Amino acid sequence: MRNYFKLGILAAVVGGTLGLGTLQASSQDLELTIMAPAGAGGGWDSASRSMQEAMMASGNAKSVQVINVPGAGGTVGLAQFIGSAKGSSNQLFVAGITLVGASISNQSPVDLTEVTPIARLTGDPLVIVVPKDSPIKSMDDLLATIKKDVATTIWVGGSAGGADHILAALVTKAAGADPSKINYVAYSGGGESLAAMLGGQATAGVSGYGEWEGQIKSGDLRALAISYPEPIEGIEAKPLKAQGLDIELVNWRGVFAGPGVEGADLDALKSAVEKTVKSAEWQAILKARGWTDYYAPSDEFKAFIGSETERVKTILTSIGLAN
Amino acid sequence: MDTFSFLIDGFALAIQPANLIYAAIGVLIGTAVGVLPGIGPALTVALLLPVTFKLDPGGSIIMFAGIYYGGMYGGSTTAILLNAPGESASVVTALEGNKMARAGRGGPALATAAIGSFVAALVATAGLAVLAPYLVKIAVKFGPWDYFGLMLIAFVTVSATFGSSPLRGLTSLAFGLWLGLMGIDQLTGQARLTFGVPGLLDGVEVTTLAVGLFAIGEAFFVASRHLYKPEKPIPVKGSIWMTREDWKRSWKPWLRGTVIGFPIGALPAGGAEIPTFLSYTIERKLSSKPEEFGRGAIEGVAGPEAANNASAAGTLVPLLTLGLPTSATAAVMLAGFQQYNIQPGPLLFTQHADLVWGLVASLFIANVMLLVLNLPLVGIWVKLLKIPLPWLYAGILVFASMGTLAANPSVTELLLLTGFGVVGFVMRRYDYPIAPAVVGLILGPLADSALRRSLQMSLGDPMILVQHPSSAIMIGIAVVALVAPFVFRGLAKFRQDED
Repeated sequence: MRNYFKLGILAAVVGGTLGLGTLQASSQDLELTIMAPAGAGGGWDSASRSMQEAMMASGNAKSVQVINVPGAGGTVGLAQFIGSAKGSSNQLFVAGITLVGASISNQSPVDLTEVTPIARLTGDPLVIVVPKDSPIKSMDDLLATIKKDVATTIWVGGSAGGADHILAALVTKAAGADPSKINYVAYSGGGESLAAMLGGQATAGVSGYGEWEGQIKSGDLRALAISYPEPIEGIEAKPLKAQGLDIELVNWRGVFAGPGVEGADLDALKSAVEKTVKSAEWQAILKARGWTDYYAPSDEFKAFIGSETERVKTILTSIGLAN
Repeated sequence: MDTFSFLIDGFALAIQPANLIYAAIGVLIGTAVGVLPGIGPALTVALLLPVTFKLDPGGSIIMFAGIYYGGMYGGSTTAILLNAPGESASVVTALEGNKMARAGRGGPALATAAIGSFVAALVATAGLAVLAPYLVKIAVKFGPWDYFGLMLIAFVTVSATFGSSPLRGLTSLAFGLWLGLMGIDQLTGQARLTFGVPGLLDGVEVTTLAVGLFAIGEAFFVASRHLYKPEKPIPVKGSIWMTREDWKRSWKPWLRGTVIGFPIGALPAGGAEIPTFLSYTIERKLSSKPEEFGRGAIEGVAGPEAANNASAAGTLVPLLTLGLPTSATAAVMLAGFQQYNIQPGPLLFTQHADLVWGLVASLFIANVMLLVLNLPLVGIWVKLLKIPLPWLYAGILVFASMGTLAANPSVTELLLLTGFGVVGFVMRRYDYPIAPAVVGLILGPLADSALRRSLQMSLGDPMILVQHPSSAIMIGIAVVALVAPFVFRGLAKFRQDED
């Protein structure tokens, strides 16, 4: 971890230079480490760093350090976390639905049911779009197109087995076509798939709403529906549920503690996270980042992880990515 | 001439004392992390995000841009002096740059890299200001088939250019392609060639291969020769500054590198590697002294370094116009924008014109600062080469292993690094070129997914590759470049036989 150490110094020096030292008096003396099982710049990394910022600013932890352990859709980080954070009172882990899918499709020996859920934090809607000059004007048009020929309906979206792929499969299934025949072209993220959408190389695309918001607002892409169960303020596209399709999929992110953390240790972590999520600092971050609040406390989150794991497994099996 | 009035407003913003200071801090940090192995600009920017949260958006984005450009400058320094490219875009710089450094011409090598980067970044930033909205329209039309054509050209030119014969080049390339297949397949999410090792699921890290083959392999090789014929690098021969001839041989490669680097950097999946390799190939072909290539030709540093920095400016095109980050650093900068509720994208140029032009203007300023900062440092850097050989190589071994481990702390990584070091030694011993292996690893996975995406979109019809004129032309160029040398040689032989 030498680089974090060096950069820590660097950041402190710069912080000092700018007169922005983030030292604050804290009511609690938790000293936490948050692991983001992804590289710098991704969704889990920014969620971890936002959590870090909010926990320290709201005084719910004395110090918080973020470490990145990228690899294999998060499963490398998860395996490491399960090994190192067993029973630990000061280590947290941030992950989301993509890790559920990655554990299954990589046949990883570990999954999220082995760690201790602390809280569900955010849940971002996915959006289904078509190019602006596409003859497809509505979800019904898209369903009809899929039903007519599932193989020539080219979908683009994020990594194979991720949330985007799952949503495309759910829509294909709802159209009455065989999801195993889906023609889904995976890109490494919302950026590259956006280029494919704008270049008119695909029939339809799926991504996090925030990633494509600019193009939807400018009219370069036509949003047909969002995957969130309820309408969201500021988003014109209607939920799939409101359009008669019983599909709901949220790109959620949550925070976990290691296996076997219980008693007072667990309570302290739960309360620190809960207070942070309810703080004004966290709400401001949500707003700035365009994230949707999807908070659920520990027990509810635990049940949710169980049902989500089952559901994702069923879908991935139906598209042939798991057995 | 709206662009220019906007740009002048931008300079008015960037020249404010506070913003000048942010730019200066940015380039200082950027140069530092570029020189230190294992810490890239992406990680630095990510770590600084919370610190800058309270700054005004203009100031912090200007600082990030400074870090980005500074990192590009710093990365070439270790490549030239220690033959340890800290990032994949500096691999080519190490080829000729390190040879120059060991012939006592480290000063001119560093200088041509710094000035070339400056010229390229200057021209490319101007290109960014003027062309961005148009370039991006063309860039999104670039389909998977076009990417595949571009990769083919890169493969062929690289394996034909490096090494003593195309066959040796292709062998080395094949090794890289094989390594590139390892890891989770992007299109299906299944693991390939990982042999059950979790550390391989993300494939082989490019810097691990590059540092292993270049730095470690080199250290082994020098150690193996040491007893018989110690080849001592000459710290400084002649002036540490560029001579008149150096200038004459550098300026055209700078400009050509820029012309290659900027548009490819602007492609959503273009990257900095292809332009550096293409630039090297072109300079080698056009050079008046091709025999110097492989022994330290200044053109081989000037062109690729310019291409590298021009492509860095190019990646800002999709970032600012589409909100599309095409490199890790760009992704973190995107997060920086979002922190202030600014969504880069088609509306950015109209909604936040002041910010965009302020950024463009501060890129110009960051460039001037980098040049001022880097040229005086050249004299200090070349002193490194006066260190006695065993110490220097021991230092390189420690430095290289530490850097690789810092980027990815795992036992697998260390074993891979050592393994690649041994492979690098063997390749050197039997005269196989090293660069094509690195190219194979970088571009192999891209070519693989580009080809398969094309076929997926055409429902398995390979004709899609030649139905699009653009990809058909590129594939045609690749085929000609591969076959032509053999045909010409055959014809020459044929004529000789007739005589």
